[in-house]
Amino acid sequence: MELIINGDRVEVPATITTVSSLLQHFGIDQKVVIVELNQEILEKASHHEATLSDRDKIEIVNFVGGG
Amino acid sequence: MLKIGPYEFKSRLLLGTGKYPNFDVQKEAVAVSETEILTFSVRRMNIFEASQPNFLEKIDVEKYNLLPNTAGAKTAEEAVRTAKLAKASGLCDMIKVEVIGDQKTLLPDPVETLKASEELLKEGFIVLPYTSDDVLLAKRLEEMGCHAIMPGASPIGSGQGIVNPLNLSFIIEQSNVPVIVDAGIGTPSDATIAMELGADGVLLNTAVSGAEDPVKMAKAMNMAIEAGRLGYEAGRIPKKRYATASSPMEGMSIS
Repeated sequence: MELIINGDRVEVPATITTVSSLLQHFGIDQKVVIVELNQEILEKASHHEATLSDRDKIEIVNFVGGG
Repeated sequence: MLKIGPYEFKSRLLLGTGKYPNFDVQKEAVAVSETEILTFSVRRMNIFEASQPNFLEKIDVEKYNLLPNTAGAKTAEEAVRTAKLAKASGLCDMIKVEVIGDQKTLLPDPVETLKASEELLKEGFIVLPYTSDDVLLAKRLEEMGCHAIMPGASPIGSGQGIVNPLNLSFIIEQSNVPVIVDAGIGTPSDATIAMELGADGVLLNTAVSGAEDPVKMAKAMNMAIEAGRLGYEAGRIPKKRYATASSPMEGMSIS
């Protein structure tokens, strides 16, 4: 399955069906990340029920240093 | 106590988390600053380098109130989106509205800042707009319902200190919500002057993170802000043109 993650095309295994499993795949499920799926911001609690389809646009952001 | 919306803070220093030499120095600087509010930015994550540590993982987030900013936004719409992303972390409901209108001076766009603040207040955020030192703009932001007003002392990261103390004092005088002097602070004395003017707090980043010894500077800022606040509360003496002796004139043994 091809996803657009943070503006880049990324090929992920077809076994990844939800946002939760996508975060696990990249090893970032325990980190503070915020996910936007097709321009809809997801609450953390809904990551496991947010299903992914081919060509979905995903933004994964986090907190970085700033003033 | 510094009260912002529903929150109360002992420290009047709000500390930025950008541009420290390393996490160890940063962690110690944060500790000695005794700040309770840390600002952050929201950026795309490098998912292919997920093992890279993040400063948030280095601190006890329960101990701090996180104040994400909307830095990078050029329009109200972008700022609102960034704020919503930050809030979806479930870690914070305060937001520093920062809509930059000019890349050279990094001065805030007043019109977009107003729009973004209005929208975010409707969405239930605790809104702290970074604004210019325009007195009427500060008034409008307060009337709109902003929980604090954060006028700049001078351009972000410039270290020029307080270039318009008169405007800042007008803003402080008229405000019924906390006024936090944000941006441009270079030295501890700059922070003290802001506090002596009656500011409720100071937000700074580069003055500490860019100092030769950030830990020492963090301590200095902590003390400077406290000194300025105490001085403000104590009430200064009026300035006079000529001297007034501190020692008594009576009882002198020389005639």
